[in-house]
Amino acid sequence: MVKSVPEIKMYVRADGSFGIRNHLAVISTVACANHVAESVARQVPGSIVCTHPYGCDQLGADAELTFRILAAAGFHPNVGGVVVVGLGCEEISAQVLADRIRESRKPVFSLEIQKTGGTSRAIAQGIEFCRELNGIMNKYDKRISISPRHLVVGLECGGSDYSSGIAANPAVGICSDMFVSMGAKVVFGETTELLGAEHILVRRAKNEQVGDFIKAKVNSVEKAAERMHVDIRGAQPSPGNIDGGLSTIEEKSLGGICKTGTGSITDAIEYGYAATTPGLTFMDTPGNDLACTCGLVSGGAHLVLFTTGRGTPMGFAYAPVIKITANKDIAQNMAENIDLDLSPILSEGLSIEDAGKKIFSYALRVAEGELVAAERLGHREFGFHRIGPTL
Amino acid sequence: MEVQALQLNSGDNVATLMNDAASGDLITVLDISGSAVSTFSALERIPRGHKVALTFIDIQSSIKKYGERIGRSKTVIRQGQWVHIHNLESLRGRGDLHGQISSGD
Repeated sequence: MVKSVPEIKMYVRADGSFGIRNHLAVISTVACANHVAESVARQVPGSIVCTHPYGCDQLGADAELTFRILAAAGFHPNVGGVVVVGLGCEEISAQVLADRIRESRKPVFSLEIQKTGGTSRAIAQGIEFCRELNGIMNKYDKRISISPRHLVVGLECGGSDYSSGIAANPAVGICSDMFVSMGAKVVFGETTELLGAEHILVRRAKNEQVGDFIKAKVNSVEKAAERMHVDIRGAQPSPGNIDGGLSTIEEKSLGGICKTGTGSITDAIEYGYAATTPGLTFMDTPGNDLACTCGLVSGGAHLVLFTTGRGTPMGFAYAPVIKITANKDIAQNMAENIDLDLSPILSEGLSIEDAGKKIFSYALRVAEGELVAAERLGHREFGFHRIGPTL
Repeated sequence: MEVQALQLNSGDNVATLMNDAASGDLITVLDISGSAVSTFSALERIPRGHKVALTFIDIQSSIKKYGERIGRSKTVIRQGQWVHIHNLESLRGRGDLHGQISSGD
């Protein structure tokens, strides 16, 4: 059934990767450069901006994480051209980051506000770079027909309620199995939201290494709660989850993992590293929606299947986030934010199987260019987390 | 009024309500194929999407949904009662108890 899926049109990149969007990305290396980066992007229609409060006074693994996520934004196949904006004295140098991204062989410009001569000149220079990039991208970047098995699909749930675990997530699970069976890559994270369900995932691990990785990461989240002498119930489940009928983290987790389908977990990776193995990959990410989405997309996800019961508008800077709900009230109250209303599963007897196929065919349309709600509404969130102290 | 509840696994001792239930409402429990498996009365108001006890549940017993343990009872729970954070507690990530609960049991 899945093997007969027709080819879809994707952008082919110089490094041999394939993208489903052709974004011009303006990437800030440090908080001090955010205003210039945002001002440039605001004046260049079609561009997206990646800003964050970090990039300075970071050490070791923490600084590496920031660099890795910013480099991944530039490398991502949904991005066709890049302008890196730095200040000039930060650890994450605009020049070094730009050079790293150039390894993808896509056009990259960089500027430093100190060298350019202040805010206004830097903004003007950035806009000029964008004009040049737009010219290159319009001329060379075209979609070609290619097998959808080249897709990398991220899975995520946020603002969960009772409907997530019994309807929306199982439907995503069917869709995930369909992508896996055609040889595509599917990545999921949210380590905190595996507590109480990890034994099921460990049983599905392809080998001991993957199983041990999952156990170790879940254990480390649980130990963090112990070290802080706090009950994780303060945040997991969240007040919204609880109002929506979820009582414990175990219940939330058991519902959450339904979106991973039934197949074997073939690989397990650290936050923001590239997913390279076809099939289902676990990435160690926070449960936080934006940090998780950023990790999955940094790992190569072209798009994210995002289920919600309470409703959330969040998108992502350079990847479509598909909003799926099985809660009828949210499908109506937040209709403009919802791409797929699967509430007929609970009210009209739509089968989970058919709902999963519906998600699959919609995801392919999105891959070919159809805009999701978050994109239409201008949701271009970008953000990740820190693993070290602010010095 | 008749209210439907969904039992996800035959081993579960709670089911999820598909409509709001008032005290005294008749609850029909369906399995995932949609077949009715039991009926009883709601003993209290229970919101849609929340859980109802399918059987008598003794204090400190496993509460099961998806055929898996989602926590344990803090009180005795009778069939038809609402099961939520007031009478069901998690056993995971409990740094507040620090060593009092073994997460692996």
